[in-house]
Amino acid sequence: MSILSLKNIKMNFGAIQALTGVSFDINQSETVGLMGDNGAGKSTLLKIIAGNFKPSSGDIIFDNNEVNFEKPIDARKSGIEVVYQDLALCNHLTAASNVFLGREIQKGIWPFKYLDYPAMFKKSGELFEELKSETRPKDLVMQMSGGQRQAVAIARTRLTNPKLVLMDEPTAAISVRQVAEVLDLIKRLKDQGIAVLLISHRMPDIFEVCEKLVVLRRGEKVCEKMIKDSSTEEATGLITGAIDRV
Amino acid sequence: MSSVKFNQELISKTEKTFLQKLVSEQSFWVSVALLGICFVMYFVEDAFSSKDNLFNITRNFSFIGIMAIGMTFVIITAGIDLSVGSIMGVTGVICGLFLDAQYLPEWYSKAAYFEGVYVWVSIFLALLAGALIGAVNGYLIAYLKLSPFVVTLGMMAIARSLALVVSNNKMFYEFGPKDEMFYEIGGGSIFGVANATWLLIVLTILMGLVLKYTSYGKHVYAVGSNKKAAELSGINTRWIEMSVYIISGLFAAISAVMIVGWMGSVTNALGYTYELRVIAATVIGGANLMGGVGGTFGAFIGAALMETIRNSLLMAGIDPYWQGTFLGLFIVGAVWLEKVKNKKN
Repeated sequence: MSILSLKNIKMNFGAIQALTGVSFDINQSETVGLMGDNGAGKSTLLKIIAGNFKPSSGDIIFDNNEVNFEKPIDARKSGIEVVYQDLALCNHLTAASNVFLGREIQKGIWPFKYLDYPAMFKKSGELFEELKSETRPKDLVMQMSGGQRQAVAIARTRLTNPKLVLMDEPTAAISVRQVAEVLDLIKRLKDQGIAVLLISHRMPDIFEVCEKLVVLRRGEKVCEKMIKDSSTEEATGLITGAIDRV
Repeated sequence: MSSVKFNQELISKTEKTFLQKLVSEQSFWVSVALLGICFVMYFVEDAFSSKDNLFNITRNFSFIGIMAIGMTFVIITAGIDLSVGSIMGVTGVICGLFLDAQYLPEWYSKAAYFEGVYVWVSIFLALLAGALIGAVNGYLIAYLKLSPFVVTLGMMAIARSLALVVSNNKMFYEFGPKDEMFYEIGGGSIFGVANATWLLIVLTILMGLVLKYTSYGKHVYAVGSNKKAAELSGINTRWIEMSVYIISGLFAAISAVMIVGWMGSVTNALGYTYELRVIAATVIGGANLMGGVGGTFGAFIGAALMETIRNSLLMAGIDPYWQGTFLGLFIVGAVWLEKVKNKKN
């Protein structure tokens, strides 16, 4: 059953056509890899699903409802969480504070509401454990490795019970060892029954964790097939344009 | 999993004990410096540790300290408020104008002088004016996206000129039939400690709790640390940014009311160049001008250190003309210390 279905999504920025009618489906607990060269429209598409942009035309059906997100917060409320490329974390705050940023657990009655630190430490500790990450709730994000930061960013998405997690280049700019950690984190999400849309430039990542491959080229979908029926050679060809479409 | 094991080693190396955390705080080192100076002065100069002198020092730094608490909120969001000295001036003059009602219509003094209502009216109007000026600063910075430096520099000139306009370059010193009550608020003391100092202590604790234990406080840090991330988390970053300037303006007004009560008079020169001392106290106390770092205890201790040094230099017989030099050196020194610390991290 499909959790997200995009129908003929078009996006114009003035005269520039960033997306020229893209349609595809993401099924429940399916991990879909979205690939394409720079400027192919991957990030634009992600931002449309996340509610940063409104598409010029086309329909988005999420969880059997047609949706029209005005702001990112609307998308989050309906169950779409995003892990941004630059991770969007606050360096000066602890891991737990980052996980709960904007939706802190509070105690007391207004105006005497105060933060329930023990509950937040406990819950974020559980989330890190669930992700099998060694990140500790009380550590400052500033002192963390790239992999641990990823764990914090991904733990944020697990606060609610999202149905779909969008990830923009989660393995860019981190070390090889940490890439393995992040891919493990993505598999954990899948084990929880969460669908993932993964944008990546790294072919091995996509082929390791994804079930389906979608390739965009110049704002157009040129491929949508199961990973097991494809190959890295084919994907490279599709991205560069050596293979027109399949 | 070998990667996890490796991480554990890495983590145990970076784990901090309470002591390590303490020594990494700039306000801790400023406290140590403060105690050191007091210790030396205790032996060098008898008059330093006299009850009167200690009373003077604590009262003097309270006015700066109260403003520095407001400034701390602004600096945590990576902003700056250069207008606090001028806000103090104009709100002090407003307070004086409504206390010394001879320049106002007669009906006001008839109505408000009854039972000393005018004292509370004057205080309320001064605080309201401070908050409003702060709100104008905040609106221009948060909603119109103007640079905090330029907006508050402009407000510094505007508020100072408004102080001249409101006061018509007169001094207010006749504070009506209940003047004793007003003097007592700003100039009185409880258990041998000046009221202004009590207020500073209460505000330090209260605003410290706000920063640490409310989601508002958490969001103030988040905005200063990474505004984009805060926004993506659904935080109303514009309101947070605007609110810190309201707090700064309000605290400048609170300090103005206290200092006018203590001095018993007010002119439009009140608070002149105070912004420099307030920013210095805040930065010395460990607030980072790049945002995301700071606390009210730092503001308290920074203000205390500056005043203690000023007092000590006077007692040591050093020409007061040198005070600005020391003040400047401390500001630059505090920022440099921050830089050295960051490099080590």
